[in-house]
Amino acid sequence: MKPTDTSNPDYFHKVVDCQWACPAHTPVPAYIRLIAQGRYSDAYLLNRDSNVFPGILGRVCDRPCEPACRRTRVDGEPVAICRLKRVAADHRDDVTSRLPQKPDQTNGKRIALIGAGPASFTVANDLAPLGYECTIFEKLPEAGGLMRANIPAFRLPEKVLNEELQYILDMGVELKLNTPVSSMKALLDEGWDAVFVGTGAPKGKDLHLPGREEADENIHIGIDWLESVAFEHIDEIGKNVLIIGVGNTAMDCCRTSLRLGADNVKVMARKPRNFFKASEWELEDAEEENIQIVVNHSPKTFVTENGKLVGMTFELMEYDVDDKGEITGQRVIGEETLPCDDVILAIGQENAFPWIENDAGIEFGKWDVPVVDEETFESTRKGVFFGGDSAFGPKNIIWAVEHGHQAAISIHRHCQGLGLRDRAPREVELQSAKMGMFEWRYSNAYTAAERREMEHVALVDRFQRLNIEVELGFNAEQIAVEVQRCLNCDVQTVFEAPLCEECDACIDVCPVECLSITPDADSEAELRASLTQPEAPEEQSLFVSNPLPLTGRVMIKDENVCLHCGLCAERCPTSAWDMKEGVIKIPHADDQVETVA
Amino acid sequence: MTSFVKPKIRRLNEPTNGLGKTRADYDGAMSTLCAGCGHDSVTAALARAFYELSTDPKDVVKVSGIGCSSKTTTYFLKDAHGANTVHGRMPSFATGAAAVNKNLTYVGVSGDGDSLSIGLGQMAHAIRRNVDMIYMLENNGVYGLTKGQFSASSDVGSKAKKGATNMLPPIDPAIMALSIGATFVARSFSGDKAQLVSLIKAGIAHRGFALIDVISPCVSFNDHKGSTKSYAHTYQYYHKAVHADYVPPSEEITAAYDEGETMPVELHDGGSILLRKLDKDYDPTNRASAMEKLLESQQTQEILTGLLYIDESRPAMAEHKKLPDTPLHSLPYSKLNPGAEALRKIQEEFR
Ligand SMILES: Cc1cc2nc3c(=O)[nH]c(=O)nc-3n(C[C@H](O)[C@H](O)[C@H](O)COP(=O)(O)OP(=O)(O)OC[C@H]3O[C@@H](n4cnc5c(N)ncnc54)[C@H](O)[C@@H]3O)c2cc1C
Ligand SMILES: Cc1ncc(C[n+]2csc(CCOP(=O)(O)OP(=O)(O)O)c2C)c(N)n1
Ligand code: SF4
Ligand code: SF4
Ligand code: SF4
Ligand SMILES: [Mg+2]
Repeated sequence: MKPTDTSNPDYFHKVVDCQWACPAHTPVPAYIRLIAQGRYSDAYLLNRDSNVFPGILGRVCDRPCEPACRRTRVDGEPVAICRLKRVAADHRDDVTSRLPQKPDQTNGKRIALIGAGPASFTVANDLAPLGYECTIFEKLPEAGGLMRANIPAFRLPEKVLNEELQYILDMGVELKLNTPVSSMKALLDEGWDAVFVGTGAPKGKDLHLPGREEADENIHIGIDWLESVAFEHIDEIGKNVLIIGVGNTAMDCCRTSLRLGADNVKVMARKPRNFFKASEWELEDAEEENIQIVVNHSPKTFVTENGKLVGMTFELMEYDVDDKGEITGQRVIGEETLPCDDVILAIGQENAFPWIENDAGIEFGKWDVPVVDEETFESTRKGVFFGGDSAFGPKNIIWAVEHGHQAAISIHRHCQGLGLRDRAPREVELQSAKMGMFEWRYSNAYTAAERREMEHVALVDRFQRLNIEVELGFNAEQIAVEVQRCLNCDVQTVFEAPLCEECDACIDVCPVECLSITPDADSEAELRASLTQPEAPEEQSLFVSNPLPLTGRVMIKDENVCLHCGLCAERCPTSAWDMKEGVIKIPHADDQVETVA
Repeated sequence: MTSFVKPKIRRLNEPTNGLGKTRADYDGAMSTLCAGCGHDSVTAALARAFYELSTDPKDVVKVSGIGCSSKTTTYFLKDAHGANTVHGRMPSFATGAAAVNKNLTYVGVSGDGDSLSIGLGQMAHAIRRNVDMIYMLENNGVYGLTKGQFSASSDVGSKAKKGATNMLPPIDPAIMALSIGATFVARSFSGDKAQLVSLIKAGIAHRGFALIDVISPCVSFNDHKGSTKSYAHTYQYYHKAVHADYVPPSEEITAAYDEGETMPVELHDGGSILLRKLDKDYDPTNRASAMEKLLESQQTQEILTGLLYIDESRPAMAEHKKLPDTPLHSLPYSKLNPGAEALRKIQEEFR
């Protein structure tokens, strides 16, 4: 087999499962080590470099890092990465002087950013300090996009949102509120050097069933309704509320209803629980508030009396599920009518660009989504970029941030007349973590503790106001334990084949038996057969060394289960294995070095 | 002192053996030997062999003498019985233990110093008695624990770390054992775990004394250029003569074998050892020719490994001494001590 090319930065990056899974590639273990040392401001700033909104994301991130976390493969529960991010944000000092600053002079390039959501704010964050004149146009009276209009304040306090948006505005970004862009062509005529569209996916789906028109007054589109609540146009709802759909929007709608006076809220799902779209933790939080989730009910009609909504009729469903968990058949086995005062529809969002003219030079593909390049985020019109939910449909905040970073790189290169595709590559920097015998620059001992549980405001207290944050944040004891659960996957095992004398010490000491010395073979499958757990998932890498000097055999390592405990390096008499802290360099707009004029 | 611990971690989907135990359940305390010491690999091979045999650690007795090698009984099977005894005296201790309870599995761990200098006489008589035990001679050519003096297994011409040359002829434990009637003689290398694990399993299943001479380099005092017991030298002159696979009673021998190249040896426990000759003209059942081959290999410096000799026909100590099946601790006191009258009767017979 060809030896593994560890100079490819993706090799070591992939080993850091959380960072690899994070759309913005936040260096999770590095910031957790800073938290462990009580360096909260440093941890905050390290986070901010990649994810821009640590305080916001430390509360409401979709956290794709957690299911990926290596710790899950050891004791079944990921490190509470998101909660630790919030710790860094909550305990930071005043960091304003350490943020990217407004430059003394601008570079004269004008960038229009449409929509004041996380995508546009990230573009501004990356470009304003480089001298770009950024102007954000927002149709609503306040900035933040769905983070303001839809994510309820009991999950994301206004103060946290305001602070992190203000950091970016202070870089010299102009914000025009109550200013909808109603014509793309008119905007383009204003001669901007680049335009970024960060308008989200603003259209909530409707449900056209019998009775829909008659009952209109008490049927609400989830995202519009949440926005009206956020801007205080709505402050009450009926006693009995049905939420249709069981995604994350549904969870916010049901919990908000409770806070506006409803006592009996049911979330109606068409399918069984393992088909729910909502994150497991959002479901748990809703159920803790006594929300009832009703499965296998498919909406049929809205029931009205004297022109007013009084209930909804559902078909009772039954499904055939195969052993892969997929639905292979379904049938209606009955019908049920549930009384209600209001219905909230939370069945999805769509893109809508009524303000982009057909002849603006921007092509649209299927379902009216714009044609956007997945690497550069440029549309079919040069100099017009898309990012966040507006680019490829609704995702989440951290994706919007990553799109923003990539679009900012493109805009920077575009304005400098450089090719959009010759972007600076990712790199890895390795530095030995060895300090001496049994001493490493990281806490390598394995801590067997279980994941800490977040504490919540008591049920009796939390409904008094709409904006009481439910999660209390970790206390000192929880922080101290949770940081030790991190395995430091970025402290990499680095192998030097010429030094190995095949004593087997590393193989014998490894607590998870992931090393082996074996005759070279033609295929990875043959090499894997010599591992103690050969059936490891294939998407986890197998390291294959250069031939060893004494026998020509190869050292192999199953990256699937390595704990980064450093015992192999500790036991190696020749330092053929070493533990090296790997910094994965993810380039942003300010790293496009060759552009320095 | 141990300066770090190997954490015990249950992986998801971790393999288990017939007793539901994981490989790690056969570990002991963290080794305090030098990083890279061959002895640690022998320890790991022992743990793996017992894991694969699904032996309950409580049915095992570990005994050793003095030396780095002898320290290693602490590093595997923490739930087994055991004792570190006096320098060179482990064989007598093991003989006594095996005499009072023949139902346990005895593992002796020793070094070339412990066995071939101070303990030579002890080891020789345990071999002659055919004590039912496996005897691991972790052979590094030096007294590791006392910082690298030549041992009796050191080859003529081998250099010490500081440059001195050994002039005295070596004692080859395999030849010595053959010459005094050993019934199971094997040689292996700490760096060849696959071979070592199968030899250990075969040795445990063998009726009587099973000697495994394991080349086990001392990284600190005998792993330099000029040493004939270094990793580099061992890998270079390593030669596999006979491979042995233990097949437990519950399994059938399925592999087809050519007469002359592969042969099964039936064991008293109903299992068998499948011998695979890697050298066509090597016969591991012929004592004289085995000795001849070993003597020849001394000339060529070749390290002949594998199961070098096996004889399942000789009874073990427990049989020829007619020791009871019931361990002495479980015999009723009246049987253990039949009283003064019975003693008088026995003495009468000799008057
Ligand atoms: C109820 C709900 C809960 C959610 N919860 C989470 C969560 O917990 N975690 C998470 O990560 N994600 C969550 N999301 C998704 C997340 O909010 C979005 O993916 C993210 O905000 C998208 O960012 P964006 O910058 O692309 O657009 P948006 O945040 O949608 O911002 C777009 C902005 O553009 C403005 N705009 C639109 N058209 C125009 C125009 N023509 N002129 C001027 N301005 C315009 C809009 O008013 C809006 O302010 C949730 C979404 C919903 C609906
Ligand atoms: C009666 C007695 N004599 C001498 C010693 C000193 N001594 C301790 S270990 C040892 C030799 C050990 O050599 P070996 O058995 O080869 O073990 P290694 O350390 O090489 O594994 C000696 C001579 C002792 N402990 N007791
Ligand atoms: S760091 Fe080394 S010893 Fe520890 S789990 Fe990984 S490979 Fe095994
Ligand atoms: S411990 Fe070091 S020298 Fe020994 S086998 Fe492992 S890498 Fe090679
Ligand atoms: S001195 Fe030699 S024999 Fe003793 S532990 Fe160190 S390497 Fe092993
Ligand atoms: Mg020795």
